[in-house]
Amino acid sequence: MALDDRKSGFTFVGTRPDRPDGLDKVTGRAKFGADMSAPGMLHGAILRSPHAHARIVRIDTSKAEAHKYVKAVVTRADFAEVPFKPGLEGEFWNVLENVMAGEKALYDGHAVAAIAATSALAARDAVKLIEVEYEVLPHVTDVDKAMAPDAPVIREGAADYSVPEGVHPNVVRYHESGHGDVEAGFAEADLVIEDSFVTEATHQGYIEPHACLGQLGADGKGELWCTTQGHWIAQKTCAALLGIETSQLRVTASEIGGGFGGKTTVFIEPVALALSRKANRPVKIVMSRSEVFRATGPTASASMDVKIGMKKDGTITAAEGIFRLQGGAFPGAPGDMTAMCAFAPYNLTNVRQVGYDVMANRPKQAAYRAPGAPMGAFAVESVIDELCKKLDLDPIDVRLKNAAHEGTKASYGPTYEQIGLVESLEAAKAHQHYSAPLKPGQGRGISCGFWFNHGGETSVSLALSEDGSAQVMVGTPDIGGSRASMALMAAEVLGIPYENIRVTIADTATLGYNDVSHGSRVTYASGLATIKAAKHAVEKLCERAAAKWGIPVDAVKWENGCAVPSGPNAGDFDPLPLAEITANMGSTGGPISGHFEATPEGAGVSFGIHIVDAEVDPETGKTSVSRYTVIQDAGKAIHPAYVEGQYQGGAAQGIGWALNEEYIYGDDGRLQNSIFLDYRIPVASDLPMIDTVIVEVPNPGHPYGVRGVGETGIVPPLAAIANAVSHAAGVRMRQLPMSPPRILAALKQDG
Amino acid sequence: MDYHSPASFAEASALAANATGTTRFLAGGTDVLVQLRSDLVTPDTLIDIKKIEGVSNIEQNADGSWTLGVAVTGAEMSEHTTLGQDWPGVVEAMDLIGSTQVQGRATLTGNLCNGSPAADSVPAMVAAGVTLTVTGPDGARTVAVEDIPTGPGKTSLAKGEVVSAVHIPARGENGGDAYLRFIPRTEMDIAVVGVGVNLRLDGDTITEARVCLGAVAPTVLLVEDCAKAIIGSTLDDTALEALAEAASAACNPIDDKRGTIAFRTEVAGVLAKRAAKIAYARAKGEKA
Repeated sequence: MALDDRKSGFTFVGTRPDRPDGLDKVTGRAKFGADMSAPGMLHGAILRSPHAHARIVRIDTSKAEAHKYVKAVVTRADFAEVPFKPGLEGEFWNVLENVMAGEKALYDGHAVAAIAATSALAARDAVKLIEVEYEVLPHVTDVDKAMAPDAPVIREGAADYSVPEGVHPNVVRYHESGHGDVEAGFAEADLVIEDSFVTEATHQGYIEPHACLGQLGADGKGELWCTTQGHWIAQKTCAALLGIETSQLRVTASEIGGGFGGKTTVFIEPVALALSRKANRPVKIVMSRSEVFRATGPTASASMDVKIGMKKDGTITAAEGIFRLQGGAFPGAPGDMTAMCAFAPYNLTNVRQVGYDVMANRPKQAAYRAPGAPMGAFAVESVIDELCKKLDLDPIDVRLKNAAHEGTKASYGPTYEQIGLVESLEAAKAHQHYSAPLKPGQGRGISCGFWFNHGGETSVSLALSEDGSAQVMVGTPDIGGSRASMALMAAEVLGIPYENIRVTIADTATLGYNDVSHGSRVTYASGLATIKAAKHAVEKLCERAAAKWGIPVDAVKWENGCAVPSGPNAGDFDPLPLAEITANMGSTGGPISGHFEATPEGAGVSFGIHIVDAEVDPETGKTSVSRYTVIQDAGKAIHPAYVEGQYQGGAAQGIGWALNEEYIYGDDGRLQNSIFLDYRIPVASDLPMIDTVIVEVPNPGHPYGVRGVGETGIVPPLAAIANAVSHAAGVRMRQLPMSPPRILAALKQDG
Repeated sequence: MDYHSPASFAEASALAANATGTTRFLAGGTDVLVQLRSDLVTPDTLIDIKKIEGVSNIEQNADGSWTLGVAVTGAEMSEHTTLGQDWPGVVEAMDLIGSTQVQGRATLTGNLCNGSPAADSVPAMVAAGVTLTVTGPDGARTVAVEDIPTGPGKTSLAKGEVVSAVHIPARGENGGDAYLRFIPRTEMDIAVVGVGVNLRLDGDTITEARVCLGAVAPTVLLVEDCAKAIIGSTLDDTALEALAEAASAACNPIDDKRGTIAFRTEVAGVLAKRAAKIAYARAKGEKA
């Protein structure tokens, strides 16, 4: 379907109408995860391990159970009985192990028991009555130390087939890919730089904590309301963990106060349902911020070695990277993604990349915008920057010289279709930011970034109302303005105003399966499905017009919201507007709706370039970002204001990751900074205006050319800021975050 | 938990003297309530002093000195028309704490009695020579601010003692004060290092100075050697270097999640210089 519906000019697509959820959100009417209540509702609280690694010797719940306000207590034993689906394995087992510890507590904050009581305060007090006896075990939280021969083993047998022999059991997956002969390539180079880099884990930092309200009866029928990026995966996972049939659990996604990948799995939801099943009452659980930091997914931490060879003219002759990612006490750290994305912007003859997935005593990592890619870009783009500096080459020219384009064999295997990297680099070079003079003490950095983007299982329904308005039911929670984008695309097909279309996030009982809102897939995949569903409805509208006019359906076409004869030979009929057809639809064949479901495969990869100016206070090491520009290929921007918001959001989160955000563990393996005071996300006054440039090189895999834009924007910032800071400070920064103590120490060391 | 709202400081003192377990006085509550909700401190007795007459007053006395009630908020100090002209350092230090919402509740006395070595208003108060009236079972006494903190979370106040008024000296001629803190962000953060400087000039020469460091030791430090380094000087480069050296030498910090020993020690000197320059400019009547 290569751009089969792409028009030269759009009516609705590309405009910037008001967001449909705006009024609800500014008036407080929108219902988020914690805003739902039910008659007879209980409040849940979770007891969490204070130890980084400990055997659970004994749990005594008797005192808690005797408390007059406590109605149910659950431990892992309450999840073991799964009559319908015995023998959990794979990721379901990992999720169960994470939501309620089994034999061992694997990290500080790991859930070990939970209670439901008649008030939130009673639950908070009564949970302290549960007595747990621990046998504290040696722990490890650092990725390099977790791979060392003497590291404590977190779980024997967790590694899969990919891991070579002789590697520590904490290494659970191994990835290697590339092409050409890197050694030969390095030999051809005029300059080879090899360097090592470290990044710390960061949290997605969504402002809304996890919250849910669950009800599960003895008959195995349940209801769940929760803040999530994907309610079908919540349905499937909770059903598996509780041993009920998937279809008997109806899950509704609340409005979401940020997710960024972190709400693509479950934490408290199965616990609320297990408590409800035991208490026979609805149970609500709302996490505190501290619980969010300690027990939900931060991103992985990383330790990386990158080696790149370059000729004097800027040609990269070979590139090699080893990426070790720590993802908590479970398999899943995206070492493979880091490896595959690291060199993806470049057309390389010789490239080799290795990724390790390493377990440590930390919370289970969760996706965070382009999971794995930002760290790799930090290492690779820093080395390229250093090569440019040493060879006295312009950083954008060098990237243009080596840029991947249509037909390039990607570093991770496939051959690129039409991509927009060269166009984006040219836009960056032409941008006035790139040529603006720097003030004394300022440094400028740039970086490229790549993300795959994703399609995924998608189902959309559209129904027309008698008055000619339309309702669209999608299954992908709106995390970035997708209701507006869906309405614009439906309006484009139907030819009716944007305001006449209401887009709803359907619950799991009213639409077929939909993958999570992740992988920058929603505007692409749900958008494609919305277009197809609308076209499906248009076919029926044309049929009704054909019947009315008494001509064949292929003699009718749809134009500007009306059925019209397809040509002079089809007959002479006045255009028949949509609302005139729907007004009589009950008597002309019944309700008119459209539907589409598929797993679209043409997501279209995406590239971005960031330009950053930074200045560093040489006496304190404090960085301020003085100017920031994002240039990124959107394929086609459906609602440009939302696209710009995604670009700015990625840059803002990247600034936090680069400068101050980090998980800080004490020697005792406990998280030291589980509140926003000490886990420093940027505040508004920390950020400059983030300028954006939307490049549009259409994706052949989408009817209107859309490429996902949600994730690529967080890939370049770490490197772009590090390059700017390194130039401003006059010393290469190889460790994130570049907090003032680290920069000051580097300046002192540099002398 | 018992909650009381006494009508006088004598009554508040008696309640505290007779209470068992953990007692907290509640003014703005920006520390007490946060600690309660995060399970850090659950008081057995909570004594709300906001209903005592006069606790929200800001008064300038005949001699030019100031008396502030213990429930005066940061926002009330910032909005006062003349307090900030006399003592910009004290007012700015208080204003740095927390968000707009926190400013509507937080108080100087609460910031002091919470006992944090990183409390922003405390170095500024110490530099300014602020004293307190403390009411106890045996009556009232006057105490210098620097004599209150004894360690992280600890004060010298005895059981039954409660701070009942804050006294800021008369500004007098040719004086200026300033407070600077280092935080990794631009706001909504806690001091990694804080420095308060208060000085007086005769012409261009510094005749009096008080320099106080925060967040670099278990309590705030009033550093005599810092004052000596600049008294008698015109705050020339030599004096500034001596000041920085004295400030760094006085530090006894810890490595923690907010900063390292080396960083705090170094930056204490940097901020001492910068704060002294501002105070000096203010003493000369320049805007800074």
